[in-house]
Amino acid sequence: MTQDNNILVDVQNLSKLFPIGQGVFKQAASFVHAVSELNLQIKRGESVGLVGESGCGKTTTGKLLTRLLDPTDGNIILDTDEGQVDIAHMRGKKMKIFRRRVQMIFQDPYESMNPRLTIYDTVAEPLNVQGVGSVAEREARVADLLETVGLAPASSFLFRYPHELSGGQRQRVAIARALVINPDFVVADEPTSMLDVSVRTGVMHLMQDLADRFGVTYLYITHDLAVARYMCDRIAVMYLGKIVEIGDTEDVLQNPQHPYTKALISAVPVPDPTYTREPIKIKGGVSRPVDPAPRCRFYDRCPLADKVCESNDHPPLEDKGGGHQAACYHV
Amino acid sequence: MSTLSSSAEIIYVPLWRVRLRLFWRSVKTNWATFTENPIGLLGLGLIIFFGLFALAHPILMNTAWERKVYDPVNGFDIEIPFHPSPPSAKHLLGTDPMGRDVLSQLMFSTRFEFALGMISALVTVLIATTIGAVSAYYGGVIDVILMRVVDLVIMVPFLPILIVMSALMHVGMLELALVIGILSGFGGTAIVIKSQALTVKVKPYIEAARISGGGDFHIIFTHMVPNLLPIALLYMMFVVTSAIFSEAVLSFFGLTEIDMSWGLMINTTQVFGYLMRFDTWYLLIPASLAITLLCAAFYLVGRALDEVVNPRLRER
Amino acid sequence: MTEKVLAVNDLTMHYMTRKGPVFAVDGVTFHVDRGEAIGLVGESGCGKTSIAISLLKLLPNNAKILNGEIRINDTDVVPLTDNEMNKYRWKDISMVFQAAMNSMNPVYTVEEQILEAMREHMPQLSDKEMDEKIDHLFTLVGLDPTLKDQYPHQYSGGMRQRAVIAMALSCDPDIIIADEPTTALDVIVQDAILKRVREIQEKLNMAMIYISHDIAVIAEVSKRVGVMYAGKLVEMASTEAIFHRPVHPYTMALMSSFPSIVGEKADLVTLAGEPPDLLNPPSGCRFHPRCPYATEICHEQEPEFRDHGADHFAACWHPGGEK
Repeated sequence: MTQDNNILVDVQNLSKLFPIGQGVFKQAASFVHAVSELNLQIKRGESVGLVGESGCGKTTTGKLLTRLLDPTDGNIILDTDEGQVDIAHMRGKKMKIFRRRVQMIFQDPYESMNPRLTIYDTVAEPLNVQGVGSVAEREARVADLLETVGLAPASSFLFRYPHELSGGQRQRVAIARALVINPDFVVADEPTSMLDVSVRTGVMHLMQDLADRFGVTYLYITHDLAVARYMCDRIAVMYLGKIVEIGDTEDVLQNPQHPYTKALISAVPVPDPTYTREPIKIKGGVSRPVDPAPRCRFYDRCPLADKVCESNDHPPLEDKGGGHQAACYHV
Repeated sequence: MSTLSSSAEIIYVPLWRVRLRLFWRSVKTNWATFTENPIGLLGLGLIIFFGLFALAHPILMNTAWERKVYDPVNGFDIEIPFHPSPPSAKHLLGTDPMGRDVLSQLMFSTRFEFALGMISALVTVLIATTIGAVSAYYGGVIDVILMRVVDLVIMVPFLPILIVMSALMHVGMLELALVIGILSGFGGTAIVIKSQALTVKVKPYIEAARISGGGDFHIIFTHMVPNLLPIALLYMMFVVTSAIFSEAVLSFFGLTEIDMSWGLMINTTQVFGYLMRFDTWYLLIPASLAITLLCAAFYLVGRALDEVVNPRLRER
Repeated sequence: MTEKVLAVNDLTMHYMTRKGPVFAVDGVTFHVDRGEAIGLVGESGCGKTSIAISLLKLLPNNAKILNGEIRINDTDVVPLTDNEMNKYRWKDISMVFQAAMNSMNPVYTVEEQILEAMREHMPQLSDKEMDEKIDHLFTLVGLDPTLKDQYPHQYSGGMRQRAVIAMALSCDPDIIIADEPTTALDVIVQDAILKRVREIQEKLNMAMIYISHDIAVIAEVSKRVGVMYAGKLVEMASTEAIFHRPVHPYTMALMSSFPSIVGEKADLVTLAGEPPDLLNPPSGCRFHPRCPYATEICHEQEPEFRDHGADHFAACWHPGGEK
């Protein structure tokens, strides 16, 4: 499919700070820097993976891009028909219009649907809320989409309840809901991690298929590098709120530059008993980035850490060749 | 902008009819669960009995019973020399000290007891659900203020307020029902519903609704309230119990200005000095039993409803 | 000389539900040699957790073992009462539960919880000996022994997992059943814990049954693998054979539907359909509705679980996909 080189989403210096110990009458004592000065550009039609372990800020980033959370700082520029729009600090009516362009697929197929609403109600919700089309048109659109995601015949799914469907079927409904309003950009937050393996591949194939057919741009958030390899054109590795490496998927996975990426990749189990994996040992465990010191965030676990890393601020992302960037002083 | 493509002609049935069918199906499933519990059936049976009991009164008044003798408020039986009189063929539960037929009084009051219970319960549920949902959804200052109001209402004793009120204004059935409803609504029920609302608020489908473009109003009314109604319905039952009982107590103390109620019947008994006597048991027992049974009936239904409400949440 | 620490013969267990019996485990036969680590792999509802709780006889009220034997060190424990079984639990066979975070009592310190098990099963040890043993266990699993008097909520996820493993090891069991012990953990922590578990297993010559839906993890920790589907054991062979020469079509599909970050980026196979409803399982071979090689006989008769050569067992009418 044709890809124009336009940048659909341009994230500039995005930050999100969560206060700790704040009450109605009390100021915050310290802050969790969940996302720090994040920069990311997503091209139209591409699928970018955001990978990392728990606490790295990938889910928070996803929520910031869909404005479920308000950014503390930074800009999110969306390229729309009406020109470049900064959605980071939008409010009110304009927000509602922005909602038509960005949608989300959630992780939990059980909890992401209101158990008291029918499948039709769930998928049609964006249409209902945005006031798109007549009731008959909405029904037709929902039925159409259900068949597209593989729930055919649509008439037998339209008025069922979520608890009557399996996990895989529910996730297909979630995909239908995300696409019903024809968005430009979809954030998928671990959409397959709670599904059985044999069902997972079906949903993965579906998402790729839909991306090809409808030109949807994805931000695919996952902790599973193997899944990211299959779903994403480019991967960004996050650690404690910062992107430490980004590049074409195969490039990053086969030729990692940042010490964290190397350690992460080496820790992933391989489904081949004859393969000997050599895990790279790094110290300690991941912690929350509370009031981080002005040095490299990976300093206290990195095997390459030294004075340079400690005395300077967190290293910027530098191009290491062919669009592959890493944030490290020693690479 | 999005273009809606219309494909296969699958929609034959209009949406409202589908919803009706779905609603009916869910009623049947809930009924099946409800009837599994004998407690619920017992409670429901009692309620139906009282319902018929209440309905029977106007029928009897217009047919078998002479208005002059059997009117619950103003009737008087001239033929019997001394009132109160014990149960006889003519007066199945005897007559009270003022010469009025006890059974007639009992039946007449039933409709007001029901009305009282229902109105209070409805008001309570409306207020408690709104407070619970708004408090949970917005949090922050709104939550703090609402919860302090609730704390205040819980702290202040129920009956003294009603007593003071009765001194200041006319307290009839309707006023009583409204006051009980408001006081309960701002009370413990609000807290229970709020805590339920808090669990709903963090569900991903609320986030999904927000991403669809849903505003606060949409989320609260389309998503939160329907998930709160089962618990609200449950607590409604307990409010009915509390309302009927409170009215009985107030009437017993003579603090209400109602024409006739079960509590008032006991009050009449006490005022005329027949309260603690075995031979005039028919003045005290029927009314007390009626209060107890009707309260128990709603409570039992509430307990059985609990089973209907909760497994649904567990069901996947 | 390999002796069998655990032998399961024709085990059948069902749950009684409102709508009828669910045969979560149906005619399963396998064994574990002393010091051997085997893996049990399958998707949700396949029966692997049901087997685990059956082996320890920690069955909920509505579950019952209908048939079969479970021989632990050559004693059949199926007919034993709960009290009699208590002598075996923790001491001969112990378990690391799924979601280990939740299997620790939040109001007792970690030390107290381990002591509870030890006092029950090793009363001959003095308090001092038990104390030393706990220190030793902590070091073994990679925890700082000075932290033993803290409460579970003060531990991180990885630490709690290690604590639960220490608990399972406390009475020197002959075999440990680990049910998805690292599923909720990040990959780097998971790697460290798996490495530690392998070391412990080798050092203590302890047998292990590793249960998971993640075949990559299974590939790395087990010597033999059993594949479960819809309550039945459909294939069992050495890990290498299962991955490189699978015989049952389900195993074949499973192996090709797992993405890997090394090697060539192969196309992933999609398995049609859904795992079956165990209230009303398909007739004959339970996999036949989803099997690309199914024929008449698969529809009518259940295939026998037999040896297809070199200790490679499978239950299939068309092993290897041949017609």
